[in-house]
Amino acid sequence: MPTIPVSKAQSEYDVIIVGSGAGGGQMAYTLTLAGIKCLMLEAGRSYDVANETPMFQTGKDAPLGGASTPDKNFGFFDATIDGGWQVPDEPYTQASDKEEEQFMWWRARMMGGRTNHWGRISLRNGPYDFKPYSRDGLGFDWPISYDDLEPYYTKVEQLIGVYGSNEGMENTPDSPKGVLQPPPKGRVGDLMIQKHGKKIGVPVIPIHRAVLTKPQDGKDLAPKLHPDNPKAQEIVEKSMSSRAACFWATDCGRGCSIRANYQSTTVHLPPALATGNLDIIPNAHVREVIVGKDGKAKGVLFIDKTTGKEERVKGKAVVLAASSGETVRILLNSASGDGIANSSGLVGKYIMDTVGSDMLGQIPALENLPAHNDDGAGGCHFYSPWWLYKEQKAGKLDFARGYHVEISGTRSMPKGNSPVPTHFLKGLYGTKLKEAARRYYGSFVHVACRGEMIPNEGSFAELDSEVKDKWGIPVMKWHWKWSDHEKNMAVHAQKTFSDIFESAGGKGLFDPKRDPKKTILKGGQVIHEVGGAIMGADGKKSVCNEWNQTWDIKNLLLCDASPFASNSDKNPTETIMALAWRAADRLIEEARKGNL
Amino acid sequence: MNSQDSQNRLPRRRVLQLFAAVAAAEGMALPAALAKEAKPAVTGYGQDPKMAKTYEKGEAWPLTFTEKEKKTTIALADVIFPKDDLGPAASEVRVADFIDEWVSAPYARQQGDRALIIPGLKKLDEECRKHFQKNFADLAEGQKKAACDEMAKGDHFFHVFTSISAGAYYSDPKCWKALGYAGNLPIGGPFPGPPEEVLKQAGLEQTVKAVGS
Repeated sequence: MPTIPVSKAQSEYDVIIVGSGAGGGQMAYTLTLAGIKCLMLEAGRSYDVANETPMFQTGKDAPLGGASTPDKNFGFFDATIDGGWQVPDEPYTQASDKEEEQFMWWRARMMGGRTNHWGRISLRNGPYDFKPYSRDGLGFDWPISYDDLEPYYTKVEQLIGVYGSNEGMENTPDSPKGVLQPPPKGRVGDLMIQKHGKKIGVPVIPIHRAVLTKPQDGKDLAPKLHPDNPKAQEIVEKSMSSRAACFWATDCGRGCSIRANYQSTTVHLPPALATGNLDIIPNAHVREVIVGKDGKAKGVLFIDKTTGKEERVKGKAVVLAASSGETVRILLNSASGDGIANSSGLVGKYIMDTVGSDMLGQIPALENLPAHNDDGAGGCHFYSPWWLYKEQKAGKLDFARGYHVEISGTRSMPKGNSPVPTHFLKGLYGTKLKEAARRYYGSFVHVACRGEMIPNEGSFAELDSEVKDKWGIPVMKWHWKWSDHEKNMAVHAQKTFSDIFESAGGKGLFDPKRDPKKTILKGGQVIHEVGGAIMGADGKKSVCNEWNQTWDIKNLLLCDASPFASNSDKNPTETIMALAWRAADRLIEEARKGNL
Repeated sequence: MNSQDSQNRLPRRRVLQLFAAVAAAEGMALPAALAKEAKPAVTGYGQDPKMAKTYEKGEAWPLTFTEKEKKTTIALADVIFPKDDLGPAASEVRVADFIDEWVSAPYARQQGDRALIIPGLKKLDEECRKHFQKNFADLAEGQKKAACDEMAKGDHFFHVFTSISAGAYYSDPKCWKALGYAGNLPIGGPFPGPPEEVLKQAGLEQTVKAVGS
């Protein structure tokens, strides 16, 4: 990826963008195609997807067969570079010694951030998800409705390419006709859960994921995305036609050198760079937003990690898209540590993650199946959208919000670990062991609850008053609390999973004596950190307005998930992009009026 | 900027290895201070290892098995994964080297396994000498099986050794077929889904029919 050293930076840009992931990538894409000069700062190194992605590498190629380690938390081939639950030189702290009150903070210090390895699950928030307070009196309403964001969900899906189907289900929006790419066929595990879930009232449908199942039609799409902008159309069409469709091998978490799936580095940044309006400085660890005496953002102060020196860049507007935790850190460290955009006192408050609770099940009907290629689209094909809205409304459940169920088969490439849980092989050796491995391999299905967390007063981040990072910058201190809504949801999910597996003639593999309330994953573990600078209709009760602008500093925009006022069960990435595109359009409009 | 970056990133251990290799080739003794530094505490491969390449065993960190440990491991792994209709013998896919790399790794999980495997190998040979007057590797096939039959009744070392061996064995593409993994192959056009015979055996029907949008 072409980058510049800080010495080559222009004296001033229209917009400085901090972060190169889903939000920063979308801002850079939309703004530069409209002719706006942008500088992007990325805290990690540059990354060359075409040459660095381990396509087709097997367990034989990697240390420990590719098994996960503290250095590579999701296995050797996970696309994440210089990232994980811990990042050297950049610690974070916990306010509590109790594990259940701690937050696991995933960071990726690389071009494209977490978009390189993410699950590519691209779900729209539904109409209910923008007005949760109005529905049940908990949490906060967003200042926008589904209808405000719908056109941007459509644009994002057209740009990045999302497969899936329209099923017309409650609060699970259909996309306009022709927008989605065709869903891939179901795999045995998917079809098994679908068939037997139906018997107990759990609907299973194709999921939506940002993977091309057929080549993108740039000639058709580019004019739809960029009407009246021939240069943008030309660039975008070219970018789209250089992406290949999925060839059904090598999982998406490795990244994709043929650009069949979305990652910022393959979809957002190449066309933005092609405009000539984008400069990118890597290894730029941002410390503060610089605010002038007039109260406007003037630029950004960062550490050039290659030299350790403090550097300043100027912009007429500043976009923070650094992830919720990092955006909060930068806001609170600005104005020499007094903090900015915080007249509400809510910067860092109401951080949310997704409720996670998983189960592995074994299904005898899947034993000894003929060998077949089950790799598929390198991630989920099917899922269950939340199906109990009516029961919830009628007060029949002891938690207020929904979850969806993500389904994965286990007929995947063995990489360092036994391909079968080893107690199925216990006491065996020789040909009998191999026969057992053959019999059980692929007979397991993994199901995962991904549910809505309601924002609460006990889940927030603040600056640590003592601990600093390698460059002397105060780090984040985390506070975490799950309420009974989330814990009860996890219990419900565990029961659902057991029921599904039993319905399929199998059973869940878990210790029957364990406390289901303790099956909830830790805060942060699903890596859906959102909130921390929520948007709202009232500047006293929120940090941002509906255009992602901070109330206090109008030329400072937050374009990651930090403005999320709620965290529905839908995975946040597509909403981050839709909000960013909408905010960028507004910024372009203001620039045309000369207000930048 | 990339090339400079990657030079800065060249691990110190690798630099020292190169230095030591040059010194050895020139027949020079390493200065004492440097020789001490040439054996730094082993670290992992870090958060930015080159992913798109093939690693030799011992490349990420030095292997540590003694000849004796290696010999016992090769022999035991070949009884657990023998050559038969369901694939090659463990030794044909270098399972022992994988286990050596595994127990030599600096990470907590692998160090925990090391604390079990190294004494376990030693104890296995001791027991074999007690009963058969020979180390495990030198036993006749029937004796090896007798020893494994005994351990299969619940020996923790044997179970963990088998688990690591299974991870090693099935990571090799030569062993995929017998397991039933048939992926990692590019396919043109839409995803074909499971073959009809698979669906039939599992009692399922394909529900995603149309491939158009």
